[in-house]
This record gives sequence, structure tokens and C-alpha cells, in this order.
Amino acid sequence: MFRNQYDTDVTTWSPAGRLFQVEYAMEAVKQGSAAIGLRSKTHVVLACVNKAQSELSSHQRKIFKVDDHIGVAIAGLTADGRVLSRYMRSECINHSFTYESALPVGRLVVQLADKAQVCTQRSWKRPYGVGLLVGGLDESGAHLYYNCPSGNYFEYQAFAIGSRSQAAKTYMERKFETFDNASREELIKHALFAIKETLQGEKLKSSICTIAVLGVGESFNVLDQQTVQELINSFEMVEDEAPAPQEPSAAPEEAAAPAAGEGAADEGAAPMEE
Amino acid sequence: MGYKFVILRPYCASPLTMVPYVTGTSVIGIKYKDGILIAADMGGSYGSTLRYKSIERLKAIGKHSLLGASGEISDFQELLRYLDELILYDNMWDDGNSLGPKEVHSYLTRVMYNRRNKFNPLWNSVVLGGVKNGQKYLGMVNMIGVHYQDNHVATGFGNHLAVPILRDEWREDLSFEEGIKLLEKCMRVLIYRDRSAVNKLQVVEEWVVQSIAKITEEGVSISPPYSLKTFWEFSAFKNPTAGAAGSW
Repeated sequence: MFRNQYDTDVTTWSPAGRLFQVEYAMEAVKQGSAAIGLRSKTHVVLACVNKAQSELSSHQRKIFKVDDHIGVAIAGLTADGRVLSRYMRSECINHSFTYESALPVGRLVVQLADKAQVCTQRSWKRPYGVGLLVGGLDESGAHLYYNCPSGNYFEYQAFAIGSRSQAAKTYMERKFETFDNASREELIKHALFAIKETLQGEKLKSSICTIAVLGVGESFNVLDQQTVQELINSFEMVEDEAPAPQEPSAAPEEAAAPAAGEGAADEGAAPMEE
Repeated sequence: MGYKFVILRPYCASPLTMVPYVTGTSVIGIKYKDGILIAADMGGSYGSTLRYKSIERLKAIGKHSLLGASGEISDFQELLRYLDELILYDNMWDDGNSLGPKEVHSYLTRVMYNRRNKFNPLWNSVVLGGVKNGQKYLGMVNMIGVHYQDNHVATGFGNHLAVPILRDEWREDLSFEEGIKLLEKCMRVLIYRDRSAVNKLQVVEEWVVQSIAKITEEGVSISPPYSLKTFWEFSAFKNPTAGAAGSW
């Protein structure tokens, strides 16, 4: 995209019928680090890549619990994402208070989309620079939505946003037909694989990714680092057949203690993250 | 000596509290095997006068709920307007979700309690019942915001006369006919004992034109008005003051 004379104001149309400021806002989403979401009939998994600014700093939080039955993963301007998460939490809790029941995900998503749309039609505002993957569970089942800075929203079986998200989407496009009936564990595995694709060769460790799950009988929760690392180890082991002699004790998936996973790292490769 | 304090409240249309004018009496609701049954008579009293005899105090709300109100009738009508708007906006989402009886009950509780806090209550006690996705729900809210759910609820005199009967005789697996009979038993007691005449025979007259509303998963049906048979030839009614010389 190049600069042009119609892109200064969000309230200026281009002759081709485009709002460039809105499109630029969507660019901001593409520059953010990847976030992916996928769902089965009963569960939704959200995952994201956490990059820290430097080794000295902490990671930015990109996954937020909105309510017991709704969670959101963001990509783009995380500050905008935090503000919208706060709005979503507020809406959910107000609904719960008034109606003593969970806000249906579809309604929250529409409210969010309408809020984003307002910013595309006020000269004194700017569009939110964040894409949101909203995962939730309500009476009609598990849902995954993507909310755009433009004010559009779409429902998905699986989706990825942020940088190098196309790699994740390609992976999920191959596998998505199995998602509906996949188990919770399979779904998490697919999420980890999808995240791995966006890393393009970089080693997948629990320190650079976050996984969150919600589903029937399970409130939205972010998996802790140890659990994630164990999962990573279990599927990485299945994948790499070569190093089998080095890790005789590490074969059983569930019983994998982190130490067993270290067996392969004899040559001094990436140490276990804390 | 009487002082008269006049508190000036500019820009305020509503009085601080109110008195009710046209009121409905008890509402009784029970869960039965297939859903909810609610009964109420059709009377609107103006103080001690039985002024109106065709007031429908039972209304269907949305797809899933049923409301029965006792207390001030105009406030009941106001509640219906609130609920109309609520259901309208719910339908306007057009998204396959709908407010069930639990949500409506909770909403009403908030409305009643908030009005009470402003010292401007809706002078009603309300029974809210319904079925959604096979789940039966039955609850009550009153003018101060007290709310609860149970297998059987009643308002007004029903609390004192009907609830003891229901506590004894209600069962989880009542059939529709059994449920109706149970409600009619309670209503009959109320005919006899609620609004009983100060003047012994007079007031307890032709009291009741009733309707009974049934709500199940398939929908709501409100029966046409009908009345119960009553028997007044009890010897105790014949000379009521016999045992109480000097009373009125």
C-alpha cells in the first residue's frame, strides 16, 4: 500500500470506494505477532506467540479471559486490545448481573463489531488497531469469531491472525475438517502445530507461546508453562523419529516429566524454560 | 400539635411512595411433570370493592415465559411494557438466542429492586415461570425485590392459604390433570377465605371468574375463564356470630 491523497482521514472515501485508514488499521493487525484459534463442537483453543521486547522484559499478554465462557486472543496494538477486552468483560458481567446467565458469544461479538464500526465513521476517532479472536461457549455450542478493525466479524472453524499467520492457516486448512469431532487434546495439539508453523524453523518452547482452552465443563483457562512444555515435548517426540535412541525413557506421552524431555538436549540445545 | 412539613422537590413528578388503588389478589404457580401451571383469578379490587371482574392477570412473555401478577394493576401493565420492550430487543438480535424464564426473572428482580431503592416501587408481587430447553423454572419477585425460585410459589394470601396445601401435596411427577386439581383446591380455599366478608355473607360472593395458564415446551395456552363450585350450606356459615356474642 502506498500513501495517497485519500488516506489522511478515516472519514474520507477514496474514489475506488475504500477507506484507507481502516485498511491501514488492518495492516497493524498483520504486523502483530501471531494468534490462532480453533474450535470443535465442544471446545475452543486459543494460542498465541509471545515475543518479548528484549531478554530483560516480560512478555506481552495477548490472551484475556473475558468470562468463564469467553476468551479472546489479540494481534496488533495490544493497548487497544486491552481496552476492548475490558469492554468485553464489562458487557459480560453486566449481562450476568441483570440476567443471571451467560452472555451469548454471538451477541458480544456484534456489540464489539458495532463499537469498532463507530470508529470508522467519526472524524475525531481512529479505528482500533487490533484484531480479536473471540472464542466462546454458549447454548448453541462452541464458537470462534474474528473481529476486525473495520467492524466486520466472521465466524470460523479455525483462523490465524498476525505475522506469518498464513503458514498457520495453511496447516489448519489441511486439518480443519477433523476439528469438529476432535478431542480437547487433539485440538490443543493442532494449535501447537499451527503455532509452530508461524515460527518458521524457530524452536517451539513454552516460553514463547501461550495456550488457552475453554469448553463444555471447562471454564476458560490459560494453560501453565509446564503443561504446555510437556505437550510440546510429547508431540515433538512423536514427530522426530531420529533421536529415539537418545530418549528411551521419554516415550510415554502423558508421563513425560520435563527432565525426560531434556534427554534430547544433551548437545546443549535450548535448555528447559522455567 | 401537628406540624405540616412541606418538602419541596422540584422537577419531580412521582411521589415518594404510593398506595395501590386497583389491585389483584393471589397468584399461585406450580411445576408439574411437563411444565408449569399458574392460576389467578380475574378480580380487580378497588379497596374493599370488587370493582373489576375481567382483568387478565396472566400473560405470556416471549417464547418461554409466563407472568402472573398480584397487586396494583396499573403497575402490572407497566411491567408488561418493560417486558415487551425487553422481548422486542431480544427478538431484534435475530440470532437464535432468546431470553428464558431465568433471565426474565432476574431482569424483573433488578427492575423491582431498583424501583424500591428509589422509593417508587411497582406495587406488585409477581410469579414468573417457564420452560426452556426442557428446563422448568418457577420464581417469584415482589415489590421490594425479594426473589426466589421453588417448585411452588404464591403471592399475597396464597402464601398463607395455598402454600401449606402445596407443601403437603405437591409432587415432582404431577400430571396435568393432577396439577389442575391441586391448583383448584388452593383457589377454592382462597375463594372461601380471601376477601371474606366483613359482613359475613355479602362480600364472599360470586367471587371468582378464573383463568388457569399452562406453559410447556410446546408453548403457552391460557384457558378461558371459568369458575369453581362452592358450597355455602355449611352449618357454621348459617349463624356465624353464634359463638361470639358482642362481635360484629
